[in-house]
Amino acid sequence: MPHDHIHGPTIDPERLAYYQRMATAVREILIEKGVLTGAQIEATIKKMEARGPALGARMVARAWVDSDYRIRLLLDGSAAAEELGIPVDGTRLIVVENTEEIHNLVVCTLCSCYPRNVLGLPPDWYKKTAYRARAVKEPRAVLAEFGTVLPNSVTVRVHDSTADMRYLVLPARPAGTEGWAEDKLAALVSRDSMIGVQAAKEPES
Amino acid sequence: MKPAFQPGASVTVSNRDIQGHMRTPTYIRGKTGVVERLCGSFRNPETLAYGGDGLPKQPLYRVRFLQSHVWPEYRGPSTDTVDIEIYQHWLEPVS
Repeated sequence: MPHDHIHGPTIDPERLAYYQRMATAVREILIEKGVLTGAQIEATIKKMEARGPALGARMVARAWVDSDYRIRLLLDGSAAAEELGIPVDGTRLIVVENTEEIHNLVVCTLCSCYPRNVLGLPPDWYKKTAYRARAVKEPRAVLAEFGTVLPNSVTVRVHDSTADMRYLVLPARPAGTEGWAEDKLAALVSRDSMIGVQAAKEPES
Repeated sequence: MKPAFQPGASVTVSNRDIQGHMRTPTYIRGKTGVVERLCGSFRNPETLAYGGDGLPKQPLYRVRFLQSHVWPEYRGPSTDTVDIEIYQHWLEPVS
């Protein structure tokens, strides 16, 4: 859902109470005027809560075991999601791949655009001004704070989701997982690895 | 609106001093980058956000910028980049 929602310029977490009151007021007016029903709002909230990082993890795990799927995923993320039965509701999903040479990091500096269809709701830190301002300006320092220290031989590519695209990082497959089944691999794919702040989890030895 | 730029083209982001529902971050205005891909054409958020129809649709590009160009004080390797989605009406060709 590209920018079809209404929001102010920048929302400080401190002002959330104000916006929460505003959201409640708008919701009540919409119901009162018959634009929406309470049941419709509830159904939408349920749908939003049903989505989570397990969906993205399935796509990543499939790409790790199926090189043809990996190519389709990188060419057209939305179509590759639909292929696994994951609805993207018209969102344009771009998948970017981490390799030995390139590390990708996703941010939305203008608000908090996030690939909700495949990752669910964003973590709080993703929406905070500090992450949004710093990820784009000093990504290596931000990555280091997440425990991801990259050598200068690795190029860092930041993706600022400013408009209609949404981004998912395809993390590198951890070593020592040769021959693993897809389900087992998917358990290594954390939400944060698909935002790009961390690598996928290492297998427990 | 027909796409005016091909992948690989050098483009400069217009340095307009305007506010509102712009999807062009201020930090990138006036900077030069290279078109990474055409994403398709989309309704213009600058009118869409205020009850307009957002038409004509604007071609949307992903433009890749060198971090060292965007942030003069950038301390990482010179190959680090930031990719940003920018609508065509914000882009100017680099001669």
